[in-house]
Amino acid sequence: MIELKHLSKVYTSGHNKVEAIKDINLTIEDGDIFGIIGLSGAGKSTLIRCINFLEKPTEGQVIFDGVDLGAISKKELLKKRQSMSMIFQSFNLLSQRTALDNICYPLEIAGVNKKEARERARELLKVVGLADKEKSYPVQLSGGQQQRIAIARALATNPKVLLCDEATSALDPNTTASILNLLKHINQTMGVTIVVITHEMRVIEQTCNKVAVIDKSRIVEEGLVKEVFTSPKSQIAKQLILPKEDFVPEIEGLECLRLVFDGNSAFEPIISALSRECNTCVSILWANTKSIEGKAYGQMIIQLPEDDEKQTQIKQFLDRNKISYKEEGLNVR
Amino acid sequence: MLDSAMVSLLGLSLWETLYMVIVSTILAYVIGLPIGVILNITGKGGICPQKAVNSVLGIIVNVFRSIPFLILLIWMLPVTKVIVGTMVGPTSVIVPLVVSAAPFIGRMVESSLNEIDGGVIEAAQSMGSSSWQIIYKVLIPESKPSLIIGAAISITTILGYSAMAGIVGGGGLGAVATNYGLYRYNQEIMLITIVIIVVIVQIFQEIGMMAAKKLDKRLK
Repeated sequence: MIELKHLSKVYTSGHNKVEAIKDINLTIEDGDIFGIIGLSGAGKSTLIRCINFLEKPTEGQVIFDGVDLGAISKKELLKKRQSMSMIFQSFNLLSQRTALDNICYPLEIAGVNKKEARERARELLKVVGLADKEKSYPVQLSGGQQQRIAIARALATNPKVLLCDEATSALDPNTTASILNLLKHINQTMGVTIVVITHEMRVIEQTCNKVAVIDKSRIVEEGLVKEVFTSPKSQIAKQLILPKEDFVPEIEGLECLRLVFDGNSAFEPIISALSRECNTCVSILWANTKSIEGKAYGQMIIQLPEDDEKQTQIKQFLDRNKISYKEEGLNVR
Repeated sequence: MLDSAMVSLLGLSLWETLYMVIVSTILAYVIGLPIGVILNITGKGGICPQKAVNSVLGIIVNVFRSIPFLILLIWMLPVTKVIVGTMVGPTSVIVPLVVSAAPFIGRMVESSLNEIDGGVIEAAQSMGSSSWQIIYKVLIPESKPSLIIGAAISITTILGYSAMAGIVGGGGLGAVATNYGLYRYNQEIMLITIVIIVVIVQIFQEIGMMAAKKLDKRLK
């Protein structure tokens, strides 16, 4: 478990003082995949570096498994870092070492003998699906492959926590998805707690169970992903999560329904079922929905048939399926 | 004109030059490599920033680098006498060569180490590496190709300096060039000396570049 208590970091250069993070309080439980999201410059990178003391906080405490990282010696801190690994946006592999030797690096630091280190490294290459790349140098690998090696390297010392600093920001969407799946897999099979720093909503959506939103050096909102996603309270969370309000329907005088999926209904083909049951057709004018942990979230605007009876049928169907809706007069332009 | 006595003199001088250059380079690295490492790690953004240490060392390095070698060579004659017991011959030249080359090598090493991406060092720190482990497992191995190119440049510079030592009785090819080319105005010997020096420089350069290229794993 990681507890951050009143954590602040001030950078001073001459007379300029920049508060990178201010009074951060967070608790990350064992087994969490904890996301920290914010725009660039919000203080995310400083925050994650304060967790493993790569940046020394100016105020506050980091308590990792009951130990205050600010109160222990340098030597003990180095030892602690072996159970708190980190991966980076730019992978940061040693360019003059092979994939296998890169994974051996943390084991060398931990004092594991060469033979055992190599065995462990080969095991990890299998975990990340790159068993055939042990002799490759980083330059010969793609971004996604390099990040997999970096993950294997981070796991070598059997850490309890994996800190991910924008780990997928340099990758394309497909590679991002596969790396995120790998992280989830590691969390589930090895029980590694994962802290993810990102500016991308989909990263949180696809992997995390909890999320904290950071804005202007402070945490403005935190909670379970499904809660924060369905009812974001802070302005910045709304901006990051809700679809942009750039939708201006050009249709006039139509009767429409705004359906709200709030996670109570499973992600099933609800519109098809509606058409079938009510024996009518509806057009979807606009939709923005997401599947979070298998539940549907988001909104959809459908156009109703002119027949009053059909309209009532549709509303009854929606009531039965526990989908909330709002009638929209759509005279808006 | 190029009789057997001359050939054996050139052979001996070549040997003396190689001896001066190689021993000086090794000793200059023994001093210069740690200087470069300290300059890098204590510098701004280094792994243990120490502004005071960095500035003082930087000033010392700059002072020694700004003294022209010929002047340093003469200025150091008494020191040389104390250290090696004589002021003439190739061994005596090693002292000023090392003093002159070590700060130069220090800067070369520093700039090689500065090329390493900060992210890689940060990653090593995040895995619990001590500063010492970062130096010998990350900084030096990662900058190996650049360090080798630096060594090729350094050895060439030292070779150039060693030739100046001929003027003050330092021996080697510089002495041949001074004695025959300058005092007796023997163009032929002068030319032969130049050719030999050019060839040695080329060989060192080529070996350095090839080794750097072969060892650099960043090239596909």
